[in-house]
Amino acid sequence: MKEYVMGNGAIALGAMAAGVKAVAGYPGTPSSEIIETISKHSHEGIYIEWSVNEKAAMEVAAAAAYSGARALVTMKQVGLNVASDPLMSLAYVGVKGGMVIVSADDPGPISSQTEQDTRRFADFCRIPVFDPSSPEEAFAMIQDAFEYSEKYSTPVLFRPTTRVCHAYASIDVPDIFSPGEYEGFVKDSKKWVIFPKLSFANHGMIEERNVRIAQDFSSYGKNSCEGAASAKAVIAGGVSYAYAKEFLQDNPGVRLVRIATPFPFPEDFVRSSLEGVSEVICLEELSPYIEESLLKMIGKGGMQLAVSGKLDGSVPHNGELSADKVADILSAFLGIEKKNRACDLEDAPALPMRPPVLCAGCPHRASFYAVKQAMKGRKTVYCGDIGCYTLGNAMPLDMVDTCLCMGAGITMAQGFYHTDREVACFAFVGDSTFFASGMTGIVNAVYNEANMTLCVLDNSTTAMTGHQPHPGTGRNMMGNVVDKVSIEKILKAVGLSKVITVDPLDLEASIAAVKECDETEGVKAIIFKSPCVAITKPQGLMKISEKCINCKKCIREIGCPALITVDGKVTVDALLCTGCGLCSQICPVDAIGGAGNE
Amino acid sequence: MNRDVMICGVGGQGTVLASKIIAAAAMEEGSVVHSAETIGMAQRGGSVTSHVRIGERAQSPLIPLGSADMILSFEPAEAVRNLAYLKEGGIVIVNTTPVKPVTESLCETGYDGTEMLEYLEKKCRVIAVDGDDACSQLGSAKFLNIFLLGVAAGSGALSIADETLLGEIRKRVPARFVDSNVKAFEMGQEIFNVQGETEDEAQ
Repeated sequence: MKEYVMGNGAIALGAMAAGVKAVAGYPGTPSSEIIETISKHSHEGIYIEWSVNEKAAMEVAAAAAYSGARALVTMKQVGLNVASDPLMSLAYVGVKGGMVIVSADDPGPISSQTEQDTRRFADFCRIPVFDPSSPEEAFAMIQDAFEYSEKYSTPVLFRPTTRVCHAYASIDVPDIFSPGEYEGFVKDSKKWVIFPKLSFANHGMIEERNVRIAQDFSSYGKNSCEGAASAKAVIAGGVSYAYAKEFLQDNPGVRLVRIATPFPFPEDFVRSSLEGVSEVICLEELSPYIEESLLKMIGKGGMQLAVSGKLDGSVPHNGELSADKVADILSAFLGIEKKNRACDLEDAPALPMRPPVLCAGCPHRASFYAVKQAMKGRKTVYCGDIGCYTLGNAMPLDMVDTCLCMGAGITMAQGFYHTDREVACFAFVGDSTFFASGMTGIVNAVYNEANMTLCVLDNSTTAMTGHQPHPGTGRNMMGNVVDKVSIEKILKAVGLSKVITVDPLDLEASIAAVKECDETEGVKAIIFKSPCVAITKPQGLMKISEKCINCKKCIREIGCPALITVDGKVTVDALLCTGCGLCSQICPVDAIGGAGNE
Repeated sequence: MNRDVMICGVGGQGTVLASKIIAAAAMEEGSVVHSAETIGMAQRGGSVTSHVRIGERAQSPLIPLGSADMILSFEPAEAVRNLAYLKEGGIVIVNTTPVKPVTESLCETGYDGTEMLEYLEKKCRVIAVDGDDACSQLGSAKFLNIFLLGVAAGSGALSIADETLLGEIRKRVPARFVDSNVKAFEMGQEIFNVQGETEDEAQ
């Protein structure tokens, strides 16, 4: 049956076609739709979970793979940093059932903190990595990845990028999926318990094995060599290969070598593909991985080859490549006159900017505003975190002073306190992030006698990545209703000096809660609890009465997208307004009512 | 036949459904289709684009500059923002109703789309339609995407049969909204007939 699916859907269906038994991951753009696709398809016999974080996901899947079942783990590239502890050790121990770790890279970056390269991680862990260039290919390649994983008893990385994850193509999908048979866990402490002795032995074994995998990969069909032998050749990986193909369609007669398995580098294949070539350009996003591997190979001797790419400035180090960038790069490399087909827009009028903002009615806006009001005139530091609420940095809220990585806001607020006792330290963390990596931080803060206020922005979902459930939501990916894990109970159990739960849309109560915490010594927390507007029905519509003096305080103070000016007058955008009522609590002349806020 | 269609607008306007319908309809007619969409942080209130690439020629999901046969823009400024993708002789179908950016209320620039529409008229073949007016006749702004799809179909530049597009609309919108969406689509097509002269002027 043909299905038109997103690249992430293709990865999911490919894993299902490979008979995957256990699937675990943590949401993160551009990887989130993999697990969602599996849960939406008929998936009898497959265990699926959104884990609390990537490390947990890796370990859950590892146990399945130790038992001989096929296991899939999904995350975005920065998630792999979190999961790197189990992964490094797992690479030494190995697996029985096929285990594929999908780590989606995000050149640009479009929605990530870093432009890191999962291929480097594969090299670092000494495990194979597959690099698909399209959704169609991802569907086939993830099945190959499971095969190689089992053949060499090693976890395998699978590294799509945003343009593969989020592109759509049509895939021939099997009608029925069923997990493969597996033996179950067989005790063998010499094999499954990592000790220095095992690491020493396996380290040697792994390096020998990787030489064999490199040879094996040299005959892997997705490592391809197209076009006539030419003095100048192109070597590419991932979606850059597709861009190169598009360019060479109109400029034939150039050899195009494609690397689908960057580690272990298929040297024999590359050597034979570049026979007779005197100059090669490397097209790849993120790091110059293929380029450096090629240079290493040349260093071994026997090849006369000039290599260009990122290291000589021919290809940019940062940002995405595109068909257009590749056309420019290859035109320069091949000495072809550049065709500029785009019309000249230099005389275009100034375009309006559209930065991403918190949604109209978003309860985070109210939480930030309450803290801002309560702490007016005080020396403060506001540590943000990863999620929709990072957008609290935008004007006019301007309430995010730092953002580093998942969970860092809590521990950094603590660090700021220990550096400057005069500053009021706040950490803002979402509910999903709290479970992912906030809990250890708060224990650290209490134990190390910090004086800080934690603001949990609890909107009962993982909003930024598409509303995945988490331990606080009371449902899981197996479709079961489970006991909600209470953030309030956790915080009380840790021994915070004060824990207040408040509705952020009640501005007065929220400001009072912040002041109360500010006056209390120790580690305090406010749980701002109000559901995400994308998963709840609007409560009505705000209305602006004739009492409005058009002072625009509402617009200036909170920057809600539903408050606009029409012909110079403050107006409510009926399409966007959710009736949250925050603006009515700010209006100095009580001109805003509606949705029960009269 | 190879065709590159770019759909652009502001997050929340329903561009994704329009692109999915075009892609699915082209596939239904036997073409190979690739597409790509803006996903993630930019979805709400940000500029969004969908690239739909029909035919064997497309190797990568994104339309190269100067290659789009059609730009279907849900907003005037977004058409200008993406105009570099249009190929020589390509067509722009644009909704004349502007979406003011959130920053506009904080720092007024007087953006109302007029300047954008004038610029488009100067640069390329344009079919400008008043989506706001159409939606108020249809009773909801939610029909904007299907209305504009109707205009695109009516222009003939999509080269996909109306019935195929309507078939996909029926499949993809909730049952209780099928009739109103079909009406929105037809209204889009009809506007083209009425506006035939306008288009001639634009050329």
